[in-house]
Amino acid sequence: MQLTDHEKSMRDGGEGHAKQKAMELLVRYGEALGAERFVDTNNVAGVPGSTNAFLANYFKERGFDASYDVIYSLFDLDSDEVVEVPRTQVYSCHLQGGMDPVEWETMGMSAEAHERFMTSEDAIAGHGIQLLKTCTPYLAGNVPVKGEHCAWMESSAVVFCNSVIGGRTNTEGRESTSAAMLTGKIPDWGFHRDECRYGDYRMDVEVPVDTVMDWGMLGYFVGDAVEENIPVLTGKMSQPNLIRHKHFGAAAASSGGVEMYHIVGITPEAPTLEAAFGPRAPRERFVYDAAARRKVYDAINAVGSDPNVDFVMLGCPHYSIEQIWEVVKLLDGRKVSENCRLWIFTSRAVKAVADRNGYTKTIREAGGIVLTDTCSSISQSIPKGTRVAALDSAKQAHYLPAFMNIEAWFGSTADCVNAACTGRWEGEAP
Amino acid sequence: MSEVITLKGRKVVGGVAEGEALVTSETISGWGGVNPMDGTIIETRHELRGVSFADKVLVFPGAKGSSGWSSIFHIARLAGKAPRAMIFNEMTGKAALGAVVMRIPTVTDLDRDPLEIVETGDWVKVDGDAGVVEIRKSAEQRKAS
Repeated sequence: MQLTDHEKSMRDGGEGHAKQKAMELLVRYGEALGAERFVDTNNVAGVPGSTNAFLANYFKERGFDASYDVIYSLFDLDSDEVVEVPRTQVYSCHLQGGMDPVEWETMGMSAEAHERFMTSEDAIAGHGIQLLKTCTPYLAGNVPVKGEHCAWMESSAVVFCNSVIGGRTNTEGRESTSAAMLTGKIPDWGFHRDECRYGDYRMDVEVPVDTVMDWGMLGYFVGDAVEENIPVLTGKMSQPNLIRHKHFGAAAASSGGVEMYHIVGITPEAPTLEAAFGPRAPRERFVYDAAARRKVYDAINAVGSDPNVDFVMLGCPHYSIEQIWEVVKLLDGRKVSENCRLWIFTSRAVKAVADRNGYTKTIREAGGIVLTDTCSSISQSIPKGTRVAALDSAKQAHYLPAFMNIEAWFGSTADCVNAACTGRWEGEAP
Repeated sequence: MSEVITLKGRKVVGGVAEGEALVTSETISGWGGVNPMDGTIIETRHELRGVSFADKVLVFPGAKGSSGWSSIFHIARLAGKAPRAMIFNEMTGKAALGAVVMRIPTVTDLDRDPLEIVETGDWVKVDGDAGVVEIRKSAEQRKAS
């Protein structure tokens, strides 16, 4: 890789051991990618310094404590020695974490795990990293602009940043974002470059796509079809709002590895079909018709058979205030069934509004709970005894049954709220 | 002497290692797709569900899914369950960073599609620095020994 004088200085230790270790890792990573240089970034989103029982024990057995410096050095920077990690000078935020900071007992977490969580959080804040604690930083105060070079983790946030906003980020990992937080550098590769942002595959949508559930299913289909490539969509889609983009992108990034999509006439880098493909020729054309829609519905619902639902989880990706408001309207004075639990996940920023608007209280009085920071898949936490879950997120339906070995149904938010109130799944294929 | 098939590609991570191949034609999800404590694929509909890549030479099309890919494979390394080497076709940040933090010889961009040549059970040597992969077919391996 070609390094600037400043980058060389950091690599050679001119700005301290931590930046040196960070540059060493970034050079190894950039060479692995085949990148020729770095790009500057001042918008990094990751999970630096976070620890869990495995990492804490692993380093303890080798004579280290589980301090921020130890975890950041030996795991985040993949360094063989512990370095003192300075406060970050690059605008950085912490994405989702492992539990709700208040309702951790409801989530079945131990006091020990909670203490580790709080200690780590204090250190993260103390190092100048914003505690957004969400998979939707763009709903919690970090909204990039078109053309801005970012270094983000969280596949659903990455696809939103590239596609909906026109920001520029690859799907970074924990180690690369932690290194970028110290250096403000990330390999100039992939989505940072114009030539890597054009479409690969054409996707003709021949059935109406309108509801959030419709968009989630379309996303799941698209990811399965194009894997990690860039789809260009045209056809019978109504104007998607933020929630629909959020559910579409999250699903496409889970069934496949979609990091960017174009919707002709809708997303910023696709004013026309020709502009979306640029110099590339479409590699293949896929059709989303009624048969494809039925197939994808059945695939997402493949792990649902028992209609008795004992857990409803909403908020994947983290709910916006609009979605929490929607749940309150759907509850309409009903109570959550005694045989069922209702957990709704969001960011701390959005929950503050939900608190002030009385939604958190209304949901609690109905028997549900609004939680922050995490989700059931990230925390691997579900109510004790859960056998069958109901979900309105194709992404969560993709992950949760595999993690927790439970059944799951996928449907609309209304289907899920009804299931929470009746304990029965009555959702149907569209 | 058994016949050796040689493929030439590009270094992702240097070093030399050899072992038995584990091949899949399906992309691999890290977080939510792998249990790093034993190296087992856990994704619901994956063809390798229940199979561990620990100590194998993992041959796969590429990485998909969550950005937790590298940290899951990183933890697999700490748990002693990493593959010995990797060969993949489609370069992504997830696969590159995962290979880097596992510190295992890894190559990509081979001159022939490894998914069509390598089969599970073949003995494969990966020279990351030279970008060279040597394959001994398993049947010939048995004949030779």
